Amino acid sequence: MGISTEFSYFGPSRNPWNTDYVPGGSSGGSAVSVSALECIASLGSDTGGSVRNPASFCSVVGLKPTYGLVSRYGLISYANSIEQVGPMARTVEDTAFILNIISGIDQHDNTTIDKGKVDYTKELDVGVEGKRIGIISEMIGEGVDKQVAAATSKAISKLQTLGAECNEVSLDSVKFSVATYYTIAATEAGSNLARYDNIRYGFDFDVEGYEFNAYISKARKNFGPEVTRRMILGSFVPSAGYVGKYFLKALKVRSKIKSEIEQAFKKFDLLIAPTSPVLPFKIGEKVDDPLSLYLLDINTIVANLSGIPAISIPYEMTNGLPIGIQFFANSMQEKTLLQAAYALEKTTNLPGVPI
Amino acid sequence: MTKIGLEIHCQLTKLESKLFCSCKADYRSLDINTNICPVCIGLPGSLPLLNKKAVEKAAMISIALGCKTPPKIAFFRKNYFYPDLPKNFQITQYNAYGPTSIGSDGKVLIEDKEIRVRRIQLEEDPGRLVYEGTSEKTLLTLIDYNRAGTPLVEIVTEPDFETPKQVRLFLNVLADLVENLGVSDPSLEGALRVDGNISIDKGNRVEIKNVGSFKDIEKALHFEITRQQSLAERGIPIPAETRHWDEARKITVSARSKEEEQDYRYFLEADIPWVLIDSSVIDKLKKNMPESIYSKKERYIKKYGIPLQVAEVLSSDKFYSDLFEQAHNEKNAKEIANIITTDLKGFADTKEQREQLKLTPKHLADLADAIMNNIITRNSGKLALQEIVKSGKPLSEIISSLDLGHVDDKSSLSKIIDDVFSEEEKAVSEAKLNPDTINYLVGKVMRKTKGKADPALTLDIIKKKLDSK
Repeated sequence: MGISTEFSYFGPSRNPWNTDYVPGGSSGGSAVSVSALECIASLGSDTGGSVRNPASFCSVVGLKPTYGLVSRYGLISYANSIEQVGPMARTVEDTAFILNIISGIDQHDNTTIDKGKVDYTKELDVGVEGKRIGIISEMIGEGVDKQVAAATSKAISKLQTLGAECNEVSLDSVKFSVATYYTIAATEAGSNLARYDNIRYGFDFDVEGYEFNAYISKARKNFGPEVTRRMILGSFVPSAGYVGKYFLKALKVRSKIKSEIEQAFKKFDLLIAPTSPVLPFKIGEKVDDPLSLYLLDINTIVANLSGIPAISIPYEMTNGLPIGIQFFANSMQEKTLLQAAYALEKTTNLPGVPI
Repeated sequence: MTKIGLEIHCQLTKLESKLFCSCKADYRSLDINTNICPVCIGLPGSLPLLNKKAVEKAAMISIALGCKTPPKIAFFRKNYFYPDLPKNFQITQYNAYGPTSIGSDGKVLIEDKEIRVRRIQLEEDPGRLVYEGTSEKTLLTLIDYNRAGTPLVEIVTEPDFETPKQVRLFLNVLADLVENLGVSDPSLEGALRVDGNISIDKGNRVEIKNVGSFKDIEKALHFEITRQQSLAERGIPIPAETRHWDEARKITVSARSKEEEQDYRYFLEADIPWVLIDSSVIDKLKKNMPESIYSKKERYIKKYGIPLQVAEVLSSDKFYSDLFEQAHNEKNAKEIANIITTDLKGFADTKEQREQLKLTPKHLADLADAIMNNIITRNSGKLALQEIVKSGKPLSEIISSLDLGHVDDKSSLSKIIDDVFSEEEKAVSEAKLNPDTINYLVGKVMRKTKGKADPALTLDIIKKKLDSK
């Protein structure tokens, strides 16, 4: 869990562009494998940005599909009402190719949606002429690195020269999205991870003399600090006496975000923002400040809370560190999303990975 | 004033599969931990797949108990750690954020007393803990997950019962109802389980759990009333608590105090999308639902002139009423109802007896017709029925092999009566003074003819013979 992979049971992954830096997360390993040319494509699970953020940090393409477009069967549930499995690849075309394979109804997952006869690899090159693109004000202002902001402006100008109509749009609830996300995700995580009690999978220590609750306490200490932190949070925010103050409020914000997004897509075909407000940071730099790490999710979370698809594509390199640009589309509009990403991708000329 | 409310768990035993996977709903008699799959033991990566048939059956119970069904239903997670709960949360329904369970606000009439049903919810049964010895003293607890995920309907009543007897009547009605609906077999162990809560006067509410059988809830409630009353009389406050029924000692024992009540952190189960319950779905269910016990009873009385008590017994027992429906026509209905509710008693009371029963609806129709057409007497009919239930032979064969034909020719009957008169001289002389003794003589004739004699004709001849003496 988390944006840096530093809390992984197997230790941190390293960013192929500079191995002193984090690869983004939580599906950092997946992004690294694609970026480092170890494979053509990989899968990640995106709950608050876990596919798009490492895609951005490692300079690959990462897609979070519409909630329900890809089966979650086989995915270890973390925050099951918002997470989606998504592909990572080096090009938009490869991403579309993988999406074709993994999307659609799965009889093992009741939440999957029928996608119809769509082929995501077709008509990728239709361009963005006449497309109305909304620039999310809350994601380009305060807290965004200068280099990231500059790259975003450049991308927007490029899209305009390609014939897109770009205007700013304000999504007021974005400022509550991080708190909302961590409240909902932690609550669901606390419940989803409750089954790991070491009762059904064999014992890893001598259980002689343990009473049930004492056994559970000891078995549950196998979880690392970040997971433990979220489970404690997840037990607190929906608990009697606090549920109204935290969890129910989070659900309200979530539906507000949904309706704001709905409104925005009445005026725009796509929304745009930098994937991450910051550049990749050094391993160890923020490991002792979990809150600052949580806040870095601000640009990605909205897609998860509202269920819409979003994609991050590599756009620029600054001092050897990648910057990704993110598009959002309305629910089930992956095709539009991939077309825009493809158009912007064609304007870039990025170096090869230094390995 | 005593207030009693109930929480009843009814397994939908008539379903093929569990609530969220394709394992068998009928887990009984299977080897331990063989009726399990990744879904029902909550393996990582598995997701619940809702059994739509279970929703329909739960909706049928809801309709039958006069509940409202919302336009769409949702499932919630009830979070708590317990070894029999594979995911450490139970998928259930919850109405605190608005009515989203399969039923709410129903009512049932029990002897003119209205019992309100607060809600009905569909949920999964946990696994089963198997102890070495008793649960208190065990050193070894094993878990059998065969039951985990079995579809369960929880029925929660308002505290509208005033006596344990009303509770028993309600539970009988409920057991008959779920059986009649074809959703559950209440005779299976654990298919119908009940917890109660009870308070007297202004005392605190006490919950009674762990009541193994249906009969014991009445005993447990009686015990609690006495216990709470004796505390109240001595001015001792009644603590709010959960008490377990100790089946061996027939008492309730304090389990844990209410203060430690768990915080279940209910929230929406996102893995199961909302289920739309269209009014057309409800209409279709209503149309296809079996006739209610009440409507059956009314029909039996009005259409066939069957007496109220017979109609009650017949309609409330699905096995009996199914037999009746298949056997009867308009003429013999009343006779068949009689045979089923009186003569069949003792032969078809238990599940085992019913399974081994050789009796077919045709047997019943033949038997009723034979009695109505004076081919055999009602008494002989009883004997024939005893043979039928065992052998299943056709009635005609049984009549000739047991020699059950009616003795209705006067001369042979007269001869038999003469024999009886000579054997029972004392009774004959008494009979002239005391008419009751005549019945004794009729009985003797019946015994001699093995019940074949026509009782009216016998009485007639005896009376004439006595008069002429």
